Amino acid sequence: MAKMKRTFVYLFLSVISFVSIFPFLWMIISSTNPSVDVTKGKLLPGSYFMDNLRKLMDSTELLQALYNSAVIAIMTTVLAMVIASLAGYGFEIFRSKTRDAVFNILLLSMMIPFAALMVPLYRFFADISRFAPAIGINSISAVILPTVTTAFLIFFFRQSTKMFPKDMLEAGRIDGLTEIGIFFKIFMPTMKTTYAAAGIITFMASWNNYLWPLIVLQTPEKKTIPLLISNLGAGYAPDYGVIMTAIVIATLPTALVFFLLQKHFVAGMTGSVK
Amino acid sequence: MKQAKPRLSLDRRNGISGWSFIIISVVMIFTFYFYPMVQSLILSFKTGTGANLTFVGLDNYIRLFSDRTFLTAVKNTFIYLIIQVPVMIILALMISVLLNDSKLKFRGFFRTAIFLPCVTSLVAYSIIFKYLFAGDGLVNSLLLNVHLINQPIEWITDPFWAKVTIIIAITWRWTGYNMIFYLSSLQNIDNSIYEAARIDGASSIQQFFKITVPLMKPIILFTSITSTIGTLQLFDEIVNITKGGPGNATMSISHYIYNLSFKYSADFGYAATVSYSIVIMIIVLAFIQFKVAGEKNG
Repeated sequence: MAKMKRTFVYLFLSVISFVSIFPFLWMIISSTNPSVDVTKGKLLPGSYFMDNLRKLMDSTELLQALYNSAVIAIMTTVLAMVIASLAGYGFEIFRSKTRDAVFNILLLSMMIPFAALMVPLYRFFADISRFAPAIGINSISAVILPTVTTAFLIFFFRQSTKMFPKDMLEAGRIDGLTEIGIFFKIFMPTMKTTYAAAGIITFMASWNNYLWPLIVLQTPEKKTIPLLISNLGAGYAPDYGVIMTAIVIATLPTALVFFLLQKHFVAGMTGSVK
Repeated sequence: MKQAKPRLSLDRRNGISGWSFIIISVVMIFTFYFYPMVQSLILSFKTGTGANLTFVGLDNYIRLFSDRTFLTAVKNTFIYLIIQVPVMIILALMISVLLNDSKLKFRGFFRTAIFLPCVTSLVAYSIIFKYLFAGDGLVNSLLLNVHLINQPIEWITDPFWAKVTIIIAITWRWTGYNMIFYLSSLQNIDNSIYEAARIDGASSIQQFFKITVPLMKPIILFTSITSTIGTLQLFDEIVNITKGGPGNATMSISHYIYNLSFKYSADFGYAATVSYSIVIMIIVLAFIQFKVAGEKNG
């Protein structure tokens, strides 16, 4: 009986694992095959990857899209880290009743669905476009600004600050550091793992973001990777090999981040709710 | 003799530092969340195309109840919500309880494998699923080969199966995500509670419902609220797998708002009204979920 139960457990987990991995395998295999083989359901790797890649680069602005995505994701991550950790630290270290109330109000923004924001945000940036096109519709800052500050990240940094040893703070003050000096010279270096976890989450969210860039980025040379893939997938005569190659390339950065920094990744997700 | 500089009180100093640390975030969240929310509310009482808007009072809200596309989108969203969220949460709970057994072999492999879908972007996995579930796709040929079905299932083009495909896809993408939360919460449960239960003769199913679920209630509540909010905002999958079709059979509320604003004739006022329906649903559902969790507590 116990043995049967164990066998069932392994079987169940193996099936779930297989189902989880299979689409990845299929994506990778398909990227190495020409479209006809993919349609035939070929499940063995071929030698067509470079041809697919060349076709992809000829038919789309792949490098431009990768560049756009990278610039947006990196800028978003760096800015988000600084802004949110300043606030999370500030709320925790300099506590007061008023600021705790403000914190709770900020948390409410987590309940706001993006669907309720997209129309006014679009109009907001359309208005800005009239006198400052460089930061209006179709600009990188229009993509970054609304997504860079999230209550979730502020909350995450506030929770982590609770773990920060307070005597280091006092030591810094005795050494004559300013409050902001303490933050940059003591807090930031001590909390590297917190920053790593938060950075990974933010980078992935930004790299994969679809709806808002779809709305604000309107010319082809501004498109990001998710927009490029979505366009390819919407075509009437899709070249499966080429599309799968594009998806492999788009998934590569996030998959790499995940495998190299798995521990931080999990810490980033769960750390804030513990 | 040097005179001591007049020093600010500790409270005042704390206050100045405190506000200067948080001011950027406060300004950003108010500018990009709360201010648009107010704008959206004002817009929801107006109508017109593009920038030519006139005030119409509650007309848009009345229009909601006779708008067939809207009602279909709401119905679809609730079908996703009622079926997908519980299925995923139960599946994730089961997996995490099994994985929490320290005697289990290949734990690391199973965990990584099941979490892997979270690495993909929503657009990327949607396109993969669209092709896997195509009429002549791999899923159909597999099912045909093992004689589970006699003719291909119209996964994408049949109103019923298209919803099933969307539900399968979302469950694939998010089960591992929820599992991670449960695993980390399970690790905090003291093992001696289970030992005591075993001595009292509790079966593993009893242990699950009498110990594990009650102890994990806060995290289950957290994941069910985030999943609910996520499902109410469903967009990427619908657009990239089915385009909302066939007909409007899979269209979600967010997809409809997008179409109203950016695809049809830019009816921003009415789009804002539809978006407020999501806000109201999120508030009501979160309230119900808190209530349900609270009652079980007492």
